[in-house]
Amino acid sequence: MEQFAPVKRSKDGQPVRYLVVDDSVFARRNLVRIIETFGGQLAGEAGDGATAITEYERTNPDIVLMDITMPQMEGIEAAEKIVRQHPEARIVMVSSVGYQENIVAALQRGARHFVQKPVKPEVLYEVIKYVLGEDATVASAAGAGA
Amino acid sequence: MKMELIQPFINAADAVLAEGLQCSTTVGSLSMEEEAYRRKGVAALIWVTGDIEGRIIFDLDPPTAVRVASKFAGTQLPESDTLVRETVCELANQVTGNAITALNDQGFHFRVHPPILHTTDGSKSSEDTEALVIRFETASGSVFMNIALRYNRRCPGERAVAAGQ
Repeated sequence: MEQFAPVKRSKDGQPVRYLVVDDSVFARRNLVRIIETFGGQLAGEAGDGATAITEYERTNPDIVLMDITMPQMEGIEAAEKIVRQHPEARIVMVSSVGYQENIVAALQRGARHFVQKPVKPEVLYEVIKYVLGEDATVASAAGAGA
Repeated sequence: MKMELIQPFINAADAVLAEGLQCSTTVGSLSMEEEAYRRKGVAALIWVTGDIEGRIIFDLDPPTAVRVASKFAGTQLPESDTLVRETVCELANQVTGNAITALNDQGFHFRVHPPILHTTDGSKSSEDTEALVIRFETASGSVFMNIALRYNRRCPGERAVAAGQ
């Protein structure tokens, strides 16, 4: 898998920490593999929306990658609840269902961005940099292998 | 079933398989099936409700499921690995989601339910058992997509109840 120039937190130069939420173990593993190529670090995982809320409280991640269609509590509802408690939360919805109503509903309820599955690493990388904005710095390519 | 419903699924399967397997795919065969569904191996089922209702099944024989899952996972998986079944479910999820997205752009509204492993061989029942079976040929083997969809003629209120909203 392609390696990307590492994205670090501006405040302390540490790896960006991700909470990965998806009911599919396969999808979570795939996302973890991808964020590792960005130099990211896994803060936690959840398989449904309710667990995502408790994991957010426990891990305080920099980014949440959130599926939409999940059992018990869906991703958009979970995103809304997290953002209500933590307005600073950066949640990127990652779903195969990418029609406009879904995207608009997610954004209106607090998500910062939307990425459609199958996830293309180069697309997610750009979205992560955009969502983090000035809170992230991109290390030089020379430092990627360090 | 009209082709306008089927084509987005063919397009989505082609795109998702090509992306995940890093190879081109072809439609090997396309046939109607009215008999009870017989599972070939590792099968994932997704229900959709809304303007169009029904189900989509993705089915791979066990060796193909292992090859496809290993390719998607980027590592060789044993046949017994639960990740193999998980991958087939996620494959079904991605194809259905992408197809539904295209159909939504055409004005149809749906709710996609999470994929479930299809563990029974199926029993004969109702009009929904008329299905279109599409066999995709990939470098990792044949992937079968079994689609049984119909237009929902119920009123919007009844649809919402059916979708659990």
